[in-house]
Amino acid sequence: MGKLFALVLAIITVISTAFFVTHTWWLPVDISAHGHAIDHQLSETMLSSGVLFVLSQLALAAFVWRFGDRRDGRAVTTFPGGVTPMVVFAVVLVGAEVLALTFVGSKVWAGIYQTPPDPNSLQIDVQSEQFAFYFRYPGPDGKFGATHPDLINEASENYFGLDPKNDVSARDDIVVPTLTIPVNRPVALTLRAKDVGHAFYVPELRIQQDFVPGLSIPLHFTATQTGKYEIVCTQLCGLGHYNMRAYIEVLPAAQFEQWLKDKAAQQ
Amino acid sequence: MRTPYIALLATATLALTAGAGRVAPSAGGTISGKVTYTGTPPKMKPIDMAKEPFCARLHAAAPVLTENVATGPGNALRWVLVYVSAGEQGAASTTETVRLDQKGCQYIPHVLVLQPNQPLDIYNDDSTSHNIHPLAKVNPEWNKSQPIGAPPIHAKWEKPEFIPVKCNVHPWMHGWHLVLATPHYAVSGEDGAFSLQGLPPGKYTVTAWQEQFGTQTQDVTISGNETKTITFVFKATPY
Amino acid sequence: MSQPTTVAAAHHHAPPQGFLRKHVFSLDHKVIGKQYLDLALVAVCTGMVLSWLMRFHLAWPETPIPGLGKLSPTGAAGGVITPEYYLALMTMHGTIMVFFVLTTAPFAGFGNYFLPIQVGAEDMAFPRINMTSFWVTLVAFLVLISAFVVGDGPPLSGWTAYAPLSAVGKDAGPGQGVGQTLWAVSITLFCVAQLLGALNFITTTLDLRTKGMSLARMPYSTWAWFITSVIGLIAFAVLMPACILLILDRVAGTSFFIPAGLVISDRLQPHAGGSPLLWQHLFWFFGHPEVYIAILPGFGIISHILPVFARKPLLGPRVLIACLVSIAFLSYTVWGHHMFLSGMNPFSATLFSVPTLIITIPATIVTLLWIGTIYGAKLRFTTPALFCLGFVSVFVSGGISGFFLAQPSIDTYLHGTYFVVGHFHFVMGVAAMFGIFAATYFWAPKMFGRMMSETLGKWHFWLTFIGVYCVFMPMHYLGLAGNVRRYSAFTDDYLKPLIPLHRFITVAALFTGAAQLIFLFNLIRSRLRGPKAPDNPWEATSLEWSTTSPPPFDNFGGRPPVVQHGPNEYGTKGAAGDYVMQASPQAAGRA
Repeated sequence: MGKLFALVLAIITVISTAFFVTHTWWLPVDISAHGHAIDHQLSETMLSSGVLFVLSQLALAAFVWRFGDRRDGRAVTTFPGGVTPMVVFAVVLVGAEVLALTFVGSKVWAGIYQTPPDPNSLQIDVQSEQFAFYFRYPGPDGKFGATHPDLINEASENYFGLDPKNDVSARDDIVVPTLTIPVNRPVALTLRAKDVGHAFYVPELRIQQDFVPGLSIPLHFTATQTGKYEIVCTQLCGLGHYNMRAYIEVLPAAQFEQWLKDKAAQQ
Repeated sequence: MRTPYIALLATATLALTAGAGRVAPSAGGTISGKVTYTGTPPKMKPIDMAKEPFCARLHAAAPVLTENVATGPGNALRWVLVYVSAGEQGAASTTETVRLDQKGCQYIPHVLVLQPNQPLDIYNDDSTSHNIHPLAKVNPEWNKSQPIGAPPIHAKWEKPEFIPVKCNVHPWMHGWHLVLATPHYAVSGEDGAFSLQGLPPGKYTVTAWQEQFGTQTQDVTISGNETKTITFVFKATPY
Repeated sequence: MSQPTTVAAAHHHAPPQGFLRKHVFSLDHKVIGKQYLDLALVAVCTGMVLSWLMRFHLAWPETPIPGLGKLSPTGAAGGVITPEYYLALMTMHGTIMVFFVLTTAPFAGFGNYFLPIQVGAEDMAFPRINMTSFWVTLVAFLVLISAFVVGDGPPLSGWTAYAPLSAVGKDAGPGQGVGQTLWAVSITLFCVAQLLGALNFITTTLDLRTKGMSLARMPYSTWAWFITSVIGLIAFAVLMPACILLILDRVAGTSFFIPAGLVISDRLQPHAGGSPLLWQHLFWFFGHPEVYIAILPGFGIISHILPVFARKPLLGPRVLIACLVSIAFLSYTVWGHHMFLSGMNPFSATLFSVPTLIITIPATIVTLLWIGTIYGAKLRFTTPALFCLGFVSVFVSGGISGFFLAQPSIDTYLHGTYFVVGHFHFVMGVAAMFGIFAATYFWAPKMFGRMMSETLGKWHFWLTFIGVYCVFMPMHYLGLAGNVRRYSAFTDDYLKPLIPLHRFITVAALFTGAAQLIFLFNLIRSRLRGPKAPDNPWEATSLEWSTTSPPPFDNFGGRPPVVQHGPNEYGTKGAAGDYVMQASPQAAGRA
């Protein structure tokens, strides 16, 4: 029975690890300026925890295999060194790894979430709601119109509650359901929620941030590859949570400028 | 000599039944006319359904336009409910089932008129889940999803009320369930025309309701089988 | 506190008379413990069925489930689960499992039954309060379940019930009316019961230990229950007011968690001034210690049972206790790691990640203590032993994925994905469950006076051990691919290629679920007709094995034991064999 346990555990360990190591299911291509640091952190963690995983599971398997009661009257023996090697291993090796990862990781984190955006960033206002994202560009006047929750009217597609009648700066605001941005240019989003909590997640951009009703949360990044990707909601927001998605289109600079012009003309 | 006569009759019938109400053309008077606007209405904007690719593909060639202020040629206003709000004699009752479709991420029709307790069947014709949320205040409010493969939803409204309906999953999907006590009503078509038929003689108040511009009323007296023509003109503003 | 007191006459109660007093409204901690275990059994069956429905829907969303349309005409018209019904099932699954299984069985269930016996007491310190705790827990469960049949159905905000989704009422969606209020009331009641229970555990441990039972000689399961009750006292004391504030926001027009200007279902909500993040802080200040409440009894149970079947002492028992205490302490400092991306100041993320990573150290030590105990052992592969060994394996698997999530930079990618689901199911849904299974197979002979079938037990173990790896390891792969959690269907472009893996998980889950029927059958049949159990079938040392199976009404037949040894005397020459029982009068010596 013990040998069976050891065998089954060894097989489980090998198969599980194989799928991690061969990247059978893995992160999609990284299209962000900051993503490589996250991917590096992930690989480091995968390596150290992978080693720990394999060693501990195989040690367990090996000991179970070896130390079944064979009714041969032998005495039980204590682990060499007793409890000391366990404490030393955990405190020194695991502790050191933990400290290293924290030190490096906190820099990676700070680089994304604790640094201010580039002053030349493209500013986009993002509103999340049950169950869609809407993106607002300031238009040719470069100013965002004020939003008024009591003026929100979805039937007329006034998702932001703009008041173009009285607010001139609102008249040229561009509101679209697809986040269209130029490649290789810093983008600064302001995240606001209309109703309940939501979140903004683009796996390829290696970025994620909750929307909190009542707060305006900044988020900035630079996309380094063109293409069409998905923004999905990761904060449970109600029945349509699974269907809350918007596309993000990263365009070459010239194409983006043309898109912006075309949209401005339609307002 | 008969053919053009039949064609004329057919055309007349068609014209009369465009935007027709529930009461079959038989004995009684008729109130008909057009709903139009003056001023500049808000633009009917194309709805970008990018978040729901199935629906976006259906409308790729011809995008759906917003329907809250739907205009037509000749300053016509579509989707305006015109009905007898006072002077009605007799109660309305019909057991004919009314159908609402969710098709291409739109409510078809945009404005659905029912009588109290009239059976309503709601169908999901799309390859996506929809959610019907009638925001009723007088009637009990309800909120139900209809996934792909689900059977039609059977509903009915007991009391007269103008109920806005939204789909929680697709924010642009809006419509109306208008529960009317009177069987004399019509919803204006793209030409803005309406016709209320089968009216016994009497003094009536006719109300026109447009979801953004509100209501307007006119008093009409019917004696015999005459046709009275009236127009409703709403003041439109761009915002 | 280090000098054990004799059994106080004040809490002594006479033997019960009559059916109701003996089996229903009993003051006896053993009956109450079994009542908790039976409640947990009903809860786990319910929670598991909910998970089958969820997994089936994820794999085949448009396929009708036979019979479900009749059971829930709104939630699953025609047998097809609606998005809101999926989320309602998910909310109830999480709530039932975390509260009514993982907090109830290992702690309230086994703890109630065995803590007094293991310390040599006649009963808990406050038997009436103990009985009240159980009945309040049962009422809490019934209130929760009633959400299935009233109003718009159960809430859909998850067991975490984030505001404002949970706070604004029915505008937020189906189930967010009465259902959510019932949820909050149920949890409030549950907190009350747990607080009363914690008081009992702590007082009994400190005041009612028998002669010779110093704190150092207490079994490790008792230590774990004691430490868990201290954690619980503080944690549930925060969740209860949080739920009350939530109820007030919902019914009394307050705005603790709801800011101004929210437009939900086209309605401007009449609230202002509240903070959604406040709910998250309150909830997770409870929520993180809660997961340690769920696992610490398992640590104690494994540490208690492993030496019995290794026939050698646990390696480093004092280090074990020190680690349990430090884990308990640290558990209060890490709650923000559930909130790295929540919108709180990003600097706090770094602050919270430090203790989160430090907790890996005592967790690693205890795992190594178990592995070190197995080294040089003479393992007896009984069913409880197999579940102990399995526990070590699955706890390693679950703990290691925590290593990733503890780092904010990596959590940026993995938060809200199936990686998290795989992580917490391994540590809670599998490891803690293995602890419950080990405890059940180990203590069933003592509780019911009958042995469970070893053959059926082993089948249960093998199918479950392989099954849980098939169900939960793939979730880590899904997470690495960015598969978002709490989705009722996978309609996004990048998720569609992952559906085959979801189908694999579903099939594995249904098979593993079916395997639990073996356990259920074994448990019920043994309880009724199993072979009679001797006093000490496993040749174990702790006090529960020095009394009859099952114990008499007052645990020790009027003769409180006198303790001469700690619980760790295995592999040593004793009167009965290679062990010395705690209450044995002989002096201890090594073989």
